[in-house]
Amino acid sequence: MLRLEKRPSPSRTWAWATPVLAVVLTMIAGGIMFAALGKDPVEAIRTIFWDPLFNPQFASYSRPQLLVKAGPLILIAVGLSLGFRAGIWNIGAEGQYIMGAIFAAGVGLALYPVETRWVFPLMVVAGIFGGWLWAMIPAVLKTRFNTNEILVSLLLVYVAQNILASMSLGLLRNPEGGGFPGSRNLSQIPAMANPELIAGTGMHWGVVAAFVVVIAAYVLLQRHILGYHIKLAGQAPRAARFAGVNPTRLTVLCMGISGALAGMAGMFEVTGPAGQISIDFNTGYGFTAIIVAFLGRLNPIGILLAGLLMALTYIGGELASFMLSLPSAAIQAFQGMLLFFLLAVDLLTNYRIRLKKREIA
Amino acid sequence: MTGTELLAISGVTKAYPGVVANSDVSFQIAEGEIHALLGENGAGKSTLVKMIYGLVKPDAGTMRFRGQSYQPTEPRQARATGVAMVFQHFSLFEALNVAENVALGMENPPPMRELSSRIKAVSQEYGLPLDPGRMVGDLSAGERQRVEIIRCLLQDPKLLIMDEPTSVLTPQEVEILFKTLRKLASEGTAILYISHKLEEIRTLCDEATILRRGKVVATCTPRERTAREMAELMVGATLTPPARNAKAKGAVALQVTGLSVASPIPFGTSLKDIGFSVARGEVLGIAGVAGNGQDELLLALSGEVRTARDTVKIDGAGMGDKGPNDRRAAGLVSAPEERLGHAAAPDMSLVENALLSGAVRKGLVSGGFIDWAKTAAFAAGIVKDFDVRTPGTHVAARALSGGNLQKFVVGRELSQAPGVIVINQPTWGVDAAAAAAIRQAILDRAAEGAAVVVISQDLDELLEIADNFAALNEGRLTAPRPVQGLTIDEIGLMMGGAHGMEVAHHGA
Repeated sequence: MLRLEKRPSPSRTWAWATPVLAVVLTMIAGGIMFAALGKDPVEAIRTIFWDPLFNPQFASYSRPQLLVKAGPLILIAVGLSLGFRAGIWNIGAEGQYIMGAIFAAGVGLALYPVETRWVFPLMVVAGIFGGWLWAMIPAVLKTRFNTNEILVSLLLVYVAQNILASMSLGLLRNPEGGGFPGSRNLSQIPAMANPELIAGTGMHWGVVAAFVVVIAAYVLLQRHILGYHIKLAGQAPRAARFAGVNPTRLTVLCMGISGALAGMAGMFEVTGPAGQISIDFNTGYGFTAIIVAFLGRLNPIGILLAGLLMALTYIGGELASFMLSLPSAAIQAFQGMLLFFLLAVDLLTNYRIRLKKREIA
Repeated sequence: MTGTELLAISGVTKAYPGVVANSDVSFQIAEGEIHALLGENGAGKSTLVKMIYGLVKPDAGTMRFRGQSYQPTEPRQARATGVAMVFQHFSLFEALNVAENVALGMENPPPMRELSSRIKAVSQEYGLPLDPGRMVGDLSAGERQRVEIIRCLLQDPKLLIMDEPTSVLTPQEVEILFKTLRKLASEGTAILYISHKLEEIRTLCDEATILRRGKVVATCTPRERTAREMAELMVGATLTPPARNAKAKGAVALQVTGLSVASPIPFGTSLKDIGFSVARGEVLGIAGVAGNGQDELLLALSGEVRTARDTVKIDGAGMGDKGPNDRRAAGLVSAPEERLGHAAAPDMSLVENALLSGAVRKGLVSGGFIDWAKTAAFAAGIVKDFDVRTPGTHVAARALSGGNLQKFVVGRELSQAPGVIVINQPTWGVDAAAAAAIRQAILDRAAEGAAVVVISQDLDELLEIADNFAALNEGRLTAPRPVQGLTIDEIGLMMGGAHGMEVAHHGA
């Protein structure tokens, strides 16, 4: 009989080994699923994990996509991870991402056709503000009226989506767009564009910001008293109050940081890869970032790697559905498996499995 | 009183990874006997009774109950055989009433109305007045214990195990509990009484088995031994009481006036108009049965719960509206009762836990950045000065035994050169030698000029270290009185008498 035994201290080895194990298990279970769908499992797994990077036919297109997709995921996930560590559950990054994009695009388009260098930085600030503002709604409701931030932040995603639709049809619609929904293409306006910085790499300002944020979050959690308070509040809320942590302040701060980073991601997306505000601007980065945050063990470096891995399954998944005509639901199930296995094997960090014969009474 | 053998334990051994909890333990209990199981914290008493109650399976050894082989694999089986247990920590639902709580602990509860009348009948018979319709959340600790006892008595047990039953009772309540237990014993129920309070055992018990480090070191008849003899058997060494230096009192360092706080804890006790002052060099002992506002008082003093500015003054400055770190800066350190989760974060290392409350006074943070080297040195210093047994400061707090963690937590606060010290239950769950060390450290700080407030449920401890004595009763604090000259009866009355036990006197 299997028995779980709590470890005296969390295992450092397993803390790093469990994500790898989860990926391996996902490959096995996913392979079985693909086989059941009548596809060659080895080929499917290779198409997802290998071809986007190394297949000479696709790599030139898909390799830059890796950073383009990983950038916003990492940026959002790092912000979320701070809150998750403190036990503050912002599930609405998708909405904050949308609002960041709308605020940034709104400020940019209001200044159109001004052509000076400071428009882009101003839009960054507006994007950060938009995301922050949207996250402040659940934060204030939680601290003032003790509402549940999970519900409020999640529901505000749908509000944000409707505002997005309204913006692309109304206020921000391109006056020269012949009546089609969607704003002007910001990536084609030099003062507002977020271009690829090094050709063929997919590197844009949002990716740079993601790397900076990873480093900043790492330093914050390792060396700064705020990072310590965040960890303390999540692990032992009463001990945190004893240490002088103000739960209200911490909630507002964590929600604010995650909202601001999500808004920033939205800003870089709307001025770069997406190019414009449109009804289908958001593609679920805000939700996937939750998976990325946990896949990376809520650790900034882990999130960096997890973001790249997740981007890879996105690109590879698209490639697989295109090349092997796998249904997109199968790809989503595959991504779901990743989170499932991650959470399941996570307990190996704190528990060890003992094989023990059941004693007969 | 001793009759035929009821329970015989022979050669029972139980080992956990890294520690042998019980090694070759043997003893017998006769029907109708009150048998004491005596030992320090960590001596293996709990493990032993858990085996008798079917919660833990022994590695080796045998148990016989009325001559039959007895190997309970779960408490239900133990209860069916006739073994009942009252735990030290109650397992009651506060939002349910007494009868509902009793029903939850029964295999086949009768209809509520019948159960209520049976509860009434048993409570009258044994002098434990209890209204089956009352909400458990509204009951005092002593009354809650009665719920647990009655729950056991309804099963008509042959052996009743009581784990440290008096730690939550006033002296008067203890007396009434003893009457009940004696009555039970006279009717043939054996009682296994676990305690480390020697005087109680001398008054109550027929036989005693003394455990030390998992082994039976002696069996004796408590009435024929002095408390000191038993203590030395229990500890295995001669004990030295803490030394106190006569000292001149200084200026008032902590002044509390008109402190009223609604409890932040559900079913907690609100503080009502508390006032006292403690001078430098003085130790104020605050007694009280658990749940009479001790936790709330600590929160209000530590700054976790804020009040009006002038209700709490440190060195004359109003600090009632300030948080824990401002109060630390002003010189007040505090140690809450609950070690894991409140005083320390279970999954964090000792170094990280040293930072928890030491950041302000030890200057471990500058410009928002943590000086980990300095923090590690602080943690190592605590481990060394307070003899914390640990493989190193990198281990998680939860890996330490309760006593060692307590030494660390108390040591962390006392190592900060405090002006005011507030400690709730400083030696709870700590072995006698470590407890003596902690008490000595507290007295040393007082001698150096700190004002000390010790909240404790251990009267002996308070009488040993306190200069002045006050008691918390339902959120109110009695006026402090000098310890010298206080009688145990007066203390009992300060603690709130018998909590409605007068009825029981007439009934019994």
